[in-house]
Amino acid sequence: MKKDNRLLPNNDVPDVERDYFCDAYPEPVKPFQGFIEKFLNWARANSLWILGFGTGCGAIELRPLMTARFDMFRYGMAPRPTPRQSCVFVIGGYASIKTLKRIVRSYEQIQAPKFVLALGSCTINGGMYFDSYNTINRIDHYIPVDVYVTGCMPRPEALIAGLRKLQELIKQGKAEKANEYIKNFEWYKANQKKVIKDWNMPDYNW
Amino acid sequence: MNDILKRLSERFPVSNIVHQRENMVFVTLQKINSIPCISYLKEFEGFTHLVMLAAVDFIEDGIFQLTYILHNYKLHTDIGIRVKIEREHPVMESIHTLWAQARTYQQELKEMFGIDFPGSPGIDEPFLLEGWQNIPPMRKDFDTLKYSQETFFPRPGRKSYDPQKYMKQKLYPDKEPE
Repeated sequence: MKKDNRLLPNNDVPDVERDYFCDAYPEPVKPFQGFIEKFLNWARANSLWILGFGTGCGAIELRPLMTARFDMFRYGMAPRPTPRQSCVFVIGGYASIKTLKRIVRSYEQIQAPKFVLALGSCTINGGMYFDSYNTINRIDHYIPVDVYVTGCMPRPEALIAGLRKLQELIKQGKAEKANEYIKNFEWYKANQKKVIKDWNMPDYNW
Repeated sequence: MNDILKRLSERFPVSNIVHQRENMVFVTLQKINSIPCISYLKEFEGFTHLVMLAAVDFIEDGIFQLTYILHNYKLHTDIGIRVKIEREHPVMESIHTLWAQARTYQQELKEMFGIDFPGSPGIDEPFLLEGWQNIPPMRKDFDTLKYSQETFFPRPGRKSYDPQKYMKQKLYPDKEPE
């Protein structure tokens, strides 16, 4: 794969902070060949680490999932405190503009391969907040989504079903949305900048 | 409660007294008398707790109505002070000197209604809406559905039903719709 020599403009970062951020353009990750990729996908599917970032009301469904009754650790899923260590981002329902800024920042900080699970009707078409001035309608215009879980709110069982579906997709090698994000980077960035008016962070948060 | 109201009306021109409950009264005051009245209630009548500060947009009359609700712990009574301010250039005196936590309410009112409280700490900082560029969203003349459709990429195919009609049709399909 050819190296991308473009640089990110980072126009909205203040001059004094510019040295702190990388301006390299993000690149898609090429999958390995044959059985190596299969083995890696099997390993990835069985160690899904979830970012402990509760966005919206769906975050309340993650607590029973972690504790004794539903116990997601039997599938190898564990909560992690930082985006650098996690690979699954659970968008729990509605996302306000203020949260969306943090969602974008956290999503970009997760290292590939990364997967997004969107909960509830709010992430699909706005749900009951479809006419709100401050919550977005479709999360898939801002970050790519692998699996949707419908409901308002979905029960932890539905969340487990969604995570199992995600495991299936990863094993089949179909969960490559992180690369799609890079390929359609300009489109996603334009959508994000359309709603996040006070953009004061770098264009890609390494 | 009646004693308090009597003492209050001797000192301030209160009007439009509404006895909401046995232990809750609303009074209306002019803008110029309201802050002295609130500090009098706090310092002399024992209304030491600020329950809330909220605004209502009466767009037909061209006013904002601010409501300060104060609570007296000894008597377990509430008093609500209603103040009408003009809608064109809404400015109100700050009460952060009486209750420090009032700054949060005032910051929110500045953001959601555009009511200015000069001198209140952090009044111009964004509270919930970061980088808002439109008119304040809680004003009645702000069309939130239109704004949402223009800004947030609505997914096509969304249908809305009137819940009453929909459930009637679902539960009693034989009956004629009225």
